[in-house]
Amino acid sequence: MRTLNQFFSKIREINQRYAKPTVEMSRGVKFSLAVLRIYLFLLVVLMIYKFITVIKVV
Amino acid sequence: MDFFSLLYFRFKKVWKAVRLYLVIAGPGLVVMIADNDAGGITTYAATGAKYGYHLIWFLLLLIPIAYYVQEMTVRLGAVTKRGHAEAIFESFGAFWGWFSLLDLMIVDWLTLVTEFVGMTSALSIFGVPAWMTVIFVILLMGMVVLNGRYWTWEKIALGFCLLNLIYIPAAFMVNPSMADIVGQGLIPNLPGGLTNELFFLLMANIGTTIAPWMLFFQQSSVVDKGLLEKDIKMGKVDTFIGSVITVAVAVFVVIVTGTLLHGVPIEDAATAAKMLMQTNHYIGAFMAIGLFNAGLLGAICISLASSWAFGEIFGWAHSLNTKVKEAPWFYISFFITLVTAGIVPLIPGAPLVLITLFVQVVAVTLLPAALVFLILLLNDKKTMGEYANTPLQNIVSTTIVGGIIILSTMYGVSALFPNIFQ
Repeated sequence: MRTLNQFFSKIREINQRYAKPTVEMSRGVKFSLAVLRIYLFLLVVLMIYKFITVIKVV
Repeated sequence: MDFFSLLYFRFKKVWKAVRLYLVIAGPGLVVMIADNDAGGITTYAATGAKYGYHLIWFLLLLIPIAYYVQEMTVRLGAVTKRGHAEAIFESFGAFWGWFSLLDLMIVDWLTLVTEFVGMTSALSIFGVPAWMTVIFVILLMGMVVLNGRYWTWEKIALGFCLLNLIYIPAAFMVNPSMADIVGQGLIPNLPGGLTNELFFLLMANIGTTIAPWMLFFQQSSVVDKGLLEKDIKMGKVDTFIGSVITVAVAVFVVIVTGTLLHGVPIEDAATAAKMLMQTNHYIGAFMAIGLFNAGLLGAICISLASSWAFGEIFGWAHSLNTKVKEAPWFYISFFITLVTAGIVPLIPGAPLVLITLFVQVVAVTLLPAALVFLILLLNDKKTMGEYANTPLQNIVSTTIVGGIIILSTMYGVSALFPNIFQ
């Protein structure tokens, strides 16, 4: 239990340490990150769809 | 100055450059040659068996592609002194950082399983049971990593890289027709037109040349080796030589299977080695030894890429220059990754085909993100200063990265839905 608490406090510490991105958020950077989010979202949707169809077949 | 003095002066200058290169050489060579891992050798063997020499020109195109992507990690590592995982966390925040780290962990572990599959099937040709191979590999890798010096680790890894060249004598032993290699292989052509099967194989070749772990590995390796801004030039040379060697090895594998197994359907490199043994015992043995070595080299680099990334983020000591006592978590995470992946091929009925499929799909979620971050980081003039991407470098790298993202996405999607592009 103590180890688990230590682990989660470490995660919180990492989240705090990197809470603010240091890269200059120019239009190009914001656009790239937005496209990346959409791309990953679509991929996850595809994977979930595949997973559901496989489960249905099984 | 007379002629001989001038000659001596030139020789001294070249020799100095060579000595400097030998000091800097390592990260680029190791990452590029380790890129020819068990999965890579299988892809090249299948390419040669299916299309003979016809796709050699395509493999040669991969030299600049691999070089341009990987040299960016050299600059980034040497300037920032941070690994790729840490750079993503710091520059883009915790969300993208965790996404990259967890994705890397999954991709690396799954790829590591495929390396063990390759190694066990390679040594099974010589009658070595799978469990013995797994134990041998873990012990060997433990000895390589636990010596407490990056320098020693790197030189041993370079020794394994040298063994990767075993395909070169094998290719000469099969007596290929040079006229056919030049005539069929060096002139761009698509044998039988752009069929679904050919497209899948082209994408697989790109997929094996640029893998997510390579970005993380080389940047961390540059940092661990302690390369500085002044070493970037030689680091680039190292990466270029590595990319030439990796493609050269791929071409020689294609020549071996393209000469002896052309038209024979093969599922993996181990099957190719067994078939080659029936034709020529030595060539088959070379193929099997090469496959084992490829898996071993891949496993060494992939497990280290994960451990370095964890160490960077969790703040653990994470250098091969540290002893176990000084960096216990670095070595524990290394061995946990290694041992758990090694156990999988020993489980009867383990879903190895599904794991191979998953590697392709999950890699597609990480590779575009890692490549986009790489270009954005290289454009951060505040951090990179004079080593930031020039407009020309941006055009070249964005074109390459865009192409890789489109093709790797199609590869991943076609792995999920095999009939989608028919």
